[in-house]
Amino acid sequence: MAQPDHIVIGAGTVGVSLAYGLQKRGQSVCVVDGGASDFRAARANFGLVWVQGKGGNLPAYARWTAESAALWPRFRDALEQCSGIGLDYQKPGGLVFSLSEQALIDRRAVLEEIGGGALPEGVEMLDRDALQARLPDAPLGPEVAGASYGASDGHVNPLKLLAALQQGFLELGGEILWDWPVQTLRTTDDGYELTGPDGETLRAPNVIVAAGLATPGIVAPLGVDLPLRPQRGQLLVTERMAPMLPMPCSGLRQTADGTVMIGTTHEDVGLDTGTTQASGTMVAERALRILPALSGARIVRQWSGLRVLSPDGGPLYTQPEAYPGLWTVSCHSGVTLAAIHAERLAEQILAGALTGDTRHFSKDRFHVPTLA
Amino acid sequence: MFRPLPDSSEGPTVTVFVEGQPVEAYVGETAASVLLRHLGTARTTSISESPRAPFCMMGCCFDCLAEIDGKGSTQSCLEPVRDGMTIARQMSARKVVAR
Repeated sequence: MAQPDHIVIGAGTVGVSLAYGLQKRGQSVCVVDGGASDFRAARANFGLVWVQGKGGNLPAYARWTAESAALWPRFRDALEQCSGIGLDYQKPGGLVFSLSEQALIDRRAVLEEIGGGALPEGVEMLDRDALQARLPDAPLGPEVAGASYGASDGHVNPLKLLAALQQGFLELGGEILWDWPVQTLRTTDDGYELTGPDGETLRAPNVIVAAGLATPGIVAPLGVDLPLRPQRGQLLVTERMAPMLPMPCSGLRQTADGTVMIGTTHEDVGLDTGTTQASGTMVAERALRILPALSGARIVRQWSGLRVLSPDGGPLYTQPEAYPGLWTVSCHSGVTLAAIHAERLAEQILAGALTGDTRHFSKDRFHVPTLA
Repeated sequence: MFRPLPDSSEGPTVTVFVEGQPVEAYVGETAASVLLRHLGTARTTSISESPRAPFCMMGCCFDCLAEIDGKGSTQSCLEPVRDGMTIARQMSARKVVAR
C-alpha cells in the first residue's frame, strides 16, 4: 500500500467519522482497528443525537453540539447516498421527564443557566397536560410532573450509523485494516510509524488517535498524558411493540423497529462491561414510573457499554505542540458529534490547527496552575 | 391440516378458548398444538406482518408467539393447556397500551 496522508487509529464512530470526512476532502486515509475483545463504545450506544442540557460547564460544548445537530440532516443525506445504508435518523425533538414539581423547577433552572438566563433556543418546558398531549399513545405515570422539550434533539440507529460510516468511507476509496491493534507509535523524520500485529508497520505524516479508552495508552509513550476514564452504562431493550413514543426521551426511546431502549446507569467500575440485576431493576423501575404500560412489555436484552469520559464530560481534542501532525480525538458523544467531526473537525485537521470552539476542548482546560 | 396422533388423543380433556370459541384440548398438549389444529398460524410478524406458524415446537424459534390468558409474546409451544385457558393469535406489533 502506498503511504496514506492520514492514519486513523480506531474504526469506531469517532474515528470513521473523521476518516470519512478527510477522505471526502480528497485525502487518502487508512484506518486501523483493534482486537476483537477491545472496548467498543460505538456498539453499545443508545442512539441519541442530543443537544438539550449539554455544556452547562463548558459553553463551547453547547455550541459545538448544537452546530453538529444542525448539520445532521445534510450529513445523513450524504452518508446514506454514499453508503446505501439507511440510518433510521429522525429529528422530532426530545424530552427529559421530571418526576416531581420540584424536579421540573430544577430542570428549568439548569436549562436557563445554559441559556444564559433564559431557556435556550428551541427548548420549552411542558407541564403534565402539555406533555401528555405530545404523547397520545403513552399514558404517563401519576408522578410525572412534566418535561423539558428540545426541538434540536433526535435519534438514530447507532449500529447503522457505524456501518454506514465504514461503508461510505470504503466507497470513497478509504482503507480499513481490521484486527490491527497498534503496538507502538513512534516519530520518524517526516511523520509517524505504527507497529501492528506481527511487527508489521505503517507510516504516514499525520496520525489521528481515536481509539476510545485505548487512546491514552497509545500516546503515553510520547509523553502525552490524557485524562480519560471509563463510565459504565447499562441498558434494557424490550420486544418490538407498536409505536407509542413519537420522539426520543432521555433514558427512553422507541427505535424504528419498535423496540424500546431503557437506560441508563452511570457507574464507576473500571473496565468492567458486565451487567447486573440491580441496575436492570433500577432502570426498569424508573421507566415504569414514567410509562406504567411498559410493565406488559417483555425485556429481550440487557447490555452495558463503557463511556469515554473526560473530567468535565466534554470532548477532548489535542494536537500536541511537540508532535505536528498528531491528533487525539475522544468524546462521550460520538453519535451526536458525528456530523461535525466529519465536517468542521476534519477541516481543522486538514488546516493543521484547532480553531474556534475546539480550542476549548484541549486538555489545557484541566491544567491546575501551581501556586507560586 | 394437523390432527393429533391416535395415542395423544386418548385420555382426559379440558376446555380452552381459541379466540373466544370453546374447543376441546388434550391434557398434556400445548397451546401451540391447539393453534395448529384450529387456526394454523400463531401470529404475524411485528414489522412486515407476514404470517407465522408454530415451527420448532420446543422453545427455539419464537414463531409460535401468541396471547395466552391475555399475556402477549408468550411462546405457546411451552404452555401446556389448562382448563379455561384463553388462546389468541398475536397480530402485528404488540400494543402494551390499551386503546
